[in-house]
Amino acid sequence: MNNMENMIGAKALMKAMQKEGVKEVFGLPGGANLPMYDELFKSDIRHILVRHEQSAAHMADGFGRVSRKPGVCFATSGPGATNILTGIATAQADSAPMVAVTGQVPVNMIGRDAFQESDIIGMANPVVKYAFQPRDAKEIPEIVRKGFYIAETGRPGPVLLDIPKDVQQNEASMEFPEEFKIRGYHPWTDPDIIHIEKAIEMLLHSDKPIILAGGGTIISSAFAELQAIAEMLMIPVVTTFKGKGAFPENHPLSLGPIGMHGHAEANKVMTEADCVLAIGTRFSDRSVGTFEEFEKGLKIIHMDVDPAEIGKNQTTQVAVVGDVRASLRIMLKLLTKRAIKKNDDTDWFKHVKEEKQYWRENLKIHPGEMSAAKILRKLREVLPHESIVTTEVGQHQMWASLFYDVIHPGTFFSSTGLGTMGWGFPAAIGAKVARPDVPVVDIAGDGSFNMTENSLATSVLEDIPVIVFLINNFTLGMVAQWQRTFYDRRMIGVDQKHCPDYCKLAESYGAQGIRAQSLDELENAIKAGLKSDVATVIDIPIDPEEDVLPFVAPGTSLKDMILPS
Amino acid sequence: MWAILSLLVENKPGILFQVTHLFRSRNFNIDSISVGVTENPEFSRMTITTYGDEKQIQQIVKQLDKMIDTVEVKHLDEHKTVYRELIIFKIKVSSANDSMEINKLANAYGGKVHDVKKDSIMVELTATPDQIKAFEELATPFGIIDVARTGVAAMQRSGA
Repeated sequence: MNNMENMIGAKALMKAMQKEGVKEVFGLPGGANLPMYDELFKSDIRHILVRHEQSAAHMADGFGRVSRKPGVCFATSGPGATNILTGIATAQADSAPMVAVTGQVPVNMIGRDAFQESDIIGMANPVVKYAFQPRDAKEIPEIVRKGFYIAETGRPGPVLLDIPKDVQQNEASMEFPEEFKIRGYHPWTDPDIIHIEKAIEMLLHSDKPIILAGGGTIISSAFAELQAIAEMLMIPVVTTFKGKGAFPENHPLSLGPIGMHGHAEANKVMTEADCVLAIGTRFSDRSVGTFEEFEKGLKIIHMDVDPAEIGKNQTTQVAVVGDVRASLRIMLKLLTKRAIKKNDDTDWFKHVKEEKQYWRENLKIHPGEMSAAKILRKLREVLPHESIVTTEVGQHQMWASLFYDVIHPGTFFSSTGLGTMGWGFPAAIGAKVARPDVPVVDIAGDGSFNMTENSLATSVLEDIPVIVFLINNFTLGMVAQWQRTFYDRRMIGVDQKHCPDYCKLAESYGAQGIRAQSLDELENAIKAGLKSDVATVIDIPIDPEEDVLPFVAPGTSLKDMILPS
Repeated sequence: MWAILSLLVENKPGILFQVTHLFRSRNFNIDSISVGVTENPEFSRMTITTYGDEKQIQQIVKQLDKMIDTVEVKHLDEHKTVYRELIIFKIKVSSANDSMEINKLANAYGGKVHDVKKDSIMVELTATPDQIKAFEELATPFGIIDVARTGVAAMQRSGA
């Protein structure tokens, strides 16, 4: 064959990745991946050094969610591999495309409890979409091709390539295949038009229809289709938390996210609806409360790319399996053909509008100047609409859901499934690498930021400036809120005791640290961050006793929403 | 309900682990499992029996189907399927009469007798799990010393 070429496995890895369009790799070298690093040195691929492998995985994740191409992270064997495991599990839980490449001990050492050996294939199995461990260098081009294909097609997810050191070093005659087949993998099904017709009939014949847009809507970029259908049928749109920003949150039909910390109007209207068009959602317990209560009196139309999601948590009346954008396009075509255009004079739409207005005006918020609502609304006011926002995990994340309106679809990302503290900051760095042209902000809490704050080194040294909008209540706030609410204020393990000083911390890494204690200072700080060449940490002290409300307690239904008193 | 699942999988190391792990992580139970390479050495056939309501069985099938290394997953209708399990019983023999009775019982179930000793006898049976259960009930009064079984192998009837 004429396209065969002799080279070592590690070089084939770089070449195969370049064929996939990889320009950046997030990682940290060690004994078992040195041959890869040596070839990385010789290649045009940019290496972005992290200070902990978990952050490399989150950066690749953030890069992947924003660019919709797999982000790549490198780690060595043993502890390097186990350190990225949290990042891999996070990507799997949120269906983010990622290719994680780990070094492994040489083939003849596998199973002998070698130094820095871990059975990462066995450990990662439940949290990857697929895992490869080549035993021969010549397998590398094909597993890279297949790995990227699996990671980015259908319902995206993380793929692990675990490459023994000798397989990286051995020379082989390499063939880089264009064509390949994976017999047991069928990432996309063509949506069934008959089911879409049924869905349309069901929506047209319901009195109180609603659209629930999930994360799948964002993954497949079905923004325009979703908006056109909602406007055509005048159906209000709620989202899951992961679907936040699938639909512009300043749109008259938008009610925002439902769920444990959903918008009051969204939860209220969701429980009143009689028919839901659920798009790309897995009906997480955090979104729907109790499964049985949620589906009572509700006809469910479920569109999803993953057939295993149909009927997993909720009973559906109509299921449309396929890429949700493709399904929505067909629906839109059918609606256009029938020239259906509803107007806004229905009782349902008037009711929805009233509910929305009522809650926007009457939901009580914390009275302080630096309340979560006020600081996040300030952030929204100052940030350009196209800015990308990531969040950490905790109270600040839920406040962001409540008070930061996403206007430009697909610009809001969070660890919604696994709920990984420490995700937001490295993910913001990954997002900035994917979109250097727009501002990127990590809405953070102090507890969560602590977990990966050493990514400040990456941000500064690799010249990837992002803003950390640090809502600082000096506690593990969400846990503290649950202890206040469910454990009679027996507070344990939550007080961070004002340690560290985040401005000094930022400065010690060469980043900019600004403390904002009034809304004016905050506005100036955000503007300074937007102009800055280095990362900016805006430390915003708030009242440690501020709760996230509304709140649907775990194991209860959306009807039992606890409101601020 | 009891369900027989037939899986055609890639014949590669680690697939059995992936399949059994899926059952564990999704909170399902494996009742029996049998695995062997097919006439085409690229594939193995796994036959798994499990319990669950219809919704759960559907969910198991979908999750197994989603696995990249499963090429085909079928929930077999037991009425349209030939399914058998092989089991070996070691049964206690207390008298010459016992020995005769056990022989008769084995014959009635189409079993084979092996390793006839003064105080024990082995019976090999290839039958459906229900028949095996019936045999077991009849053999219990003699005293069952040990049992080894293979799990179900199943194949759908032609045209079914």
